[in-house]
Amino acid sequence: MADSTTEKTKADEAAPLTVMAVVAPAIGWLVPGAGHMIQKRWIRGGLLFVSIVTLFLLGLAMQGHIYKANGGDILDILGFIGNLGAGGLYIVTLAMDWGQGAIAFATADYGTKFMIVAGLLNFISIADAYHIAIGKKQ
Amino acid sequence: MTITLNHFSAATVFALSASIVFGITHRETTREMVRYGLYCFAMFLGGALVAGWVMWLLRR
Repeated sequence: MADSTTEKTKADEAAPLTVMAVVAPAIGWLVPGAGHMIQKRWIRGGLLFVSIVTLFLLGLAMQGHIYKANGGDILDILGFIGNLGAGGLYIVTLAMDWGQGAIAFATADYGTKFMIVAGLLNFISIADAYHIAIGKKQ
Repeated sequence: MTITLNHFSAATVFALSASIVFGITHRETTREMVRYGLYCFAMFLGGALVAGWVMWLLRR
């Protein structure tokens, strides 16, 4: 029993670092769901793309606030980390200077949370793409 | 373009997106993904409704 557990742990640690194990998470970060699509999980990738992008764009359309890199309040730092997970969407939003409005009504605050959650969901999606790449998941 | 969603619509959109991602990433087979996604969606929306009614009762 203990031997099989040890062997399993060793097998997990010795997961081969293939090119796909690096490329899939990177692509998945830039474009939500692309890490799955590049591994021919088209439907899963498409659903992840639609879910995460819809949530992010709705947040933007609801006048949500986007966080920039900062060293101030802990909630601002966490907001930035959440936003950063959206990858390409976050980069484009910053480049276009969107999401800078003052939060003046309740739904704008929802929009801010939508964009943070979209980034956090993309982190989960990236981890899943990595697990598929190393063969831990089908 | 500005979109204004009411509280319930916002909760529904949030629940739908999060449930899809949770379903796909937390389960192995397609059947399990669908079941878990539906379970998460029901829990998200059910939780929001229950919390709403609790707040309504507390306010009275």
